[in-house]
Amino acid sequence: MTTTADGVVAMLARACGAEAVRLAGHGDVVGGERPRWVAAPGDAAALAELVRVCAERDLAIVARGEGGKLDWGNPPRRVDVLVDMGRLAGVSRHDADDLVATVGAGTPLRAVQAALAKRNQRLAMDPGSADATIGGMLATGEAGPLRLGYGTPRDQLIGVEFVRADGVISHSGGRVVKNVAGYDLGKLLTGSYGTLALITSATFRVHPIPMARAFVTRPVHSPMEAHELVIALLGSGLAPAAIELDLPIINPGVAPPVVSRPTPGRRSMPGGSLADKPTAHLDPTGRGAQSSRGEHGVDPGRTLRLGRATTTGTVAVLLEGSTAGVKSRAADASLLMRGATTSTRPPEWWGRYPFEPGDVALKIATPTADLYAALYALRDAAGVPVSVRGSAGVGVCYASLPGAPSFSGGGTNSGRSRTAKRHVGQIAAVLAAVRTTMIARGGSCVVLDAPPAIRDAVDMWGDVRGLDLMRSVKRQFDPNNHLAPGRFVGGI
Amino acid sequence: MTTALEQLTARLRAELGAASVITDAATLRTYECDGLTAYRAVPGVVLLPSDASEIQACVRACRDAGVPFVARGSGTGLSGGALPVVTGALIVTAKLNRVIDIDPESQRAIVEPGVFNAAITQAVAFHHLYYAPDPSSQQICSIGGNVAENSGGAHCLKYGFTVHHVTGLEICTPDGELVTIGAGKAAEAPGYDLTGVFIGSEGTLGIATKVYVRLLRRPDSVVTMLAAYDDMEAAGATVAAIIAAGLTPAAAEIMDALAISAAEKAVDCRYPAGAGAVLVVEVDGPAAEVAAEQAAIDAICRANKAFEVRTAVDAAERAALWRGRKSAFAAVGRISPDYIVQDGVVPRTALATVLTEIEALAAQHGVRVANVFHAGDGNLHPLVLYDGAQAGALDAAEKVSGAILNLCIEHGGSITGEHGVGVEKVAFMSNMFTPDDLDTMQLVRCAFDPSGRANPGKVFPTPRLCGEPRVGPAAAAALANAIAAAKAAGATVDDEPVVW
Repeated sequence: MTTTADGVVAMLARACGAEAVRLAGHGDVVGGERPRWVAAPGDAAALAELVRVCAERDLAIVARGEGGKLDWGNPPRRVDVLVDMGRLAGVSRHDADDLVATVGAGTPLRAVQAALAKRNQRLAMDPGSADATIGGMLATGEAGPLRLGYGTPRDQLIGVEFVRADGVISHSGGRVVKNVAGYDLGKLLTGSYGTLALITSATFRVHPIPMARAFVTRPVHSPMEAHELVIALLGSGLAPAAIELDLPIINPGVAPPVVSRPTPGRRSMPGGSLADKPTAHLDPTGRGAQSSRGEHGVDPGRTLRLGRATTTGTVAVLLEGSTAGVKSRAADASLLMRGATTSTRPPEWWGRYPFEPGDVALKIATPTADLYAALYALRDAAGVPVSVRGSAGVGVCYASLPGAPSFSGGGTNSGRSRTAKRHVGQIAAVLAAVRTTMIARGGSCVVLDAPPAIRDAVDMWGDVRGLDLMRSVKRQFDPNNHLAPGRFVGGI
Repeated sequence: MTTALEQLTARLRAELGAASVITDAATLRTYECDGLTAYRAVPGVVLLPSDASEIQACVRACRDAGVPFVARGSGTGLSGGALPVVTGALIVTAKLNRVIDIDPESQRAIVEPGVFNAAITQAVAFHHLYYAPDPSSQQICSIGGNVAENSGGAHCLKYGFTVHHVTGLEICTPDGELVTIGAGKAAEAPGYDLTGVFIGSEGTLGIATKVYVRLLRRPDSVVTMLAAYDDMEAAGATVAAIIAAGLTPAAAEIMDALAISAAEKAVDCRYPAGAGAVLVVEVDGPAAEVAAEQAAIDAICRANKAFEVRTAVDAAERAALWRGRKSAFAAVGRISPDYIVQDGVVPRTALATVLTEIEALAAQHGVRVANVFHAGDGNLHPLVLYDGAQAGALDAAEKVSGAILNLCIEHGGSITGEHGVGVEKVAFMSNMFTPDDLDTMQLVRCAFDPSGRANPGKVFPTPRLCGEPRVGPAAAAALANAIAAAKAAGATVDDEPVVW
């Protein structure tokens, strides 16, 4: 069998059409690996044919939606063909009266929302990457603030069509909300980073757009204070759709390294220690630091400017429902939160990741009541500035660490190299500290994205339970490792 | 002769104690069926492990003896998922009934698989929490069985099913390994969502030995309403209008005249006289929202020709409105000696059409069908009535029952909304899924249970050969020959079990 470059292009062209195949360029790199070809199949059958011929020729495939998360996960061990899913787009079916919609994997979520809004409905999904496609959101298991009230996209996925590693088109689930016939493969594929199959379309439960929304926000000055507020809100009858936390600077004053304090013991921590009391609130929006970042994604002035300030942030609650109901609940929430403000508009940071390209991006998931412990571990271990944001109401937060050291003082090449090495060590130490805290409490800390030097030095996924079973699933679905090989947990 | 089963029995008598290994014929017979009594098989041996490590011992003994096993919780399943295998072991999880941990702040509990569904709610009630999925058998069904079947209940319209409320599991794989999967008490964990695929796998991927459940804070306010109509169409139209208005009730249940009359006979529920259909709607949540929803729903019911609307605001009144609905399945025993409980799903918008077609089918076959269903999510429970003593009656009932399932598929629905495929609906899987779809699902089966010893014969009409993926039977035979030839030539060949 010929696998000359020309032969492959011809073969891909037969599957997708000549105009839909090209040589890969710099913009097509996946986690540092440059694919050889890019193909954009026009429908599921073309994708199936493409995958089948790739399997025959032993070519590795990575799928791309909007491309914003291509660097997430491990770099693939190899990638020959980047499959652009952009043409598998559109809301193919919206049964508004059944509250169900079927959507092509390459459709941007934003476009789906616009289409559903015509019938006053929506997907109750709001992942942090605002440009995400349906396929990208599902493959990476992304979920935003609404996960508290509506569950994650995984919970709302009721049917899925996909192409297996051998090019066979397959389905699971259906178009009804309630259905237990056969295994639910949609769940298995969600969050699998394209390592088991390529999703071509998804059917979701949709929701009516609520009549009213209110955001109730209150400043907090420590993870412990945030924790207490979150637990109180969860214990209330307010039924919030989301409870979010924003801590733009969790560890102020890192320029002289913070004095390491023991991580507070579970539930033995008094309500906010003296050290956590606010002394200044220098950046109320939390965006200033990001907009002034240098080319390394680090704000060189951040650590200096903050001096002896302490953690300052916000807890925000979203209430959705009827006009009268939301009004009354917002008033109750304000009382409960003491000193809160209510708005119909979200805070500026709402639903956005705290990190940007070039940063070290972490996702931390713990039992809700243990989140603060992870955050203290993060704060105390970090010799670098850290910002945290996320769905505190479900115990999932994202953190941003600088991807490179700040070189504000100039210096020699060897000095820079030493500083860079030290920085990688610092990031590794932060990870180790947070993961150690998780061992007893149950939880995980995943590096979603990081610059190559850090990527190479740390375990992006951390320990994963049930890895043998996962490998076994991978062997069944993709025995020859053609789908995003190496990108997932344990090198799957 | 010492059969594999006898060896297994002897080994487990030593490991578990004789009292936990049942072999006497009379006792074995009490386990011959679950809630689907039409299918019966006396198990080879019944095992009563008392903790996870004893379940592991049972599964390992089965593995070593090459004996299939079936897990059973309380035996309330309605699709024959716990139907024993005559040559195999039945592993009963009833003794694993401990609540291991309650974490009220994180709103999680860890329980053993034999804990009853309702017992979880009782155990956490002090914290003002509850476990949401509420199958009608919740007083006695086990959480392990709920995990196997992905059980729902009347309130899953708003709150979802078991898969939305179980965040992690410890399982015993068919190879006898205890493995923790999922997120535990957290909301998510990296890796494949094995928990998501295990839930609803009907015991074919292993046995759950520990279950991490999500708990919900009790709603501040609950209001139940009962609306009575002249006919089913008006009741159905009400539900459609409620959904179209953007309301999500916690439950929306409809009963037809036949089901109502059965319930009246059984529990004297005193629903409005002369009703051709009743709709029970429940709304819950913050008091202000509930008040608004109640007013809206009341108006919708009346606009759709409800001739009476009753509203219950306290627990006793609520129980009275629910009594007829909750007793419906059992009550039908009062009006018919035998009946088949069906469980199909159609898109909500197809409800009216499908109900009319069911009526026509019933008339055509001279069979009575009582309808009780979760109208909010299109989950029908037609009760097909028959008298087993009459020749041909069962046949006719089964014909109607099967035709109902095909109707559901035709309308873009499912053959089961919450009871599972089990043995009952194995034959219908091919009507709903392509051979490729079924083949793909069984890739998961092969990953967990390559030798096919966990609950064989359930869910899938045709088992898949595992071992070498994507190898058809002919190729498998060729492969077996090649391995034999290689062995004869003195080669070392790793021969995984490839036959099921």
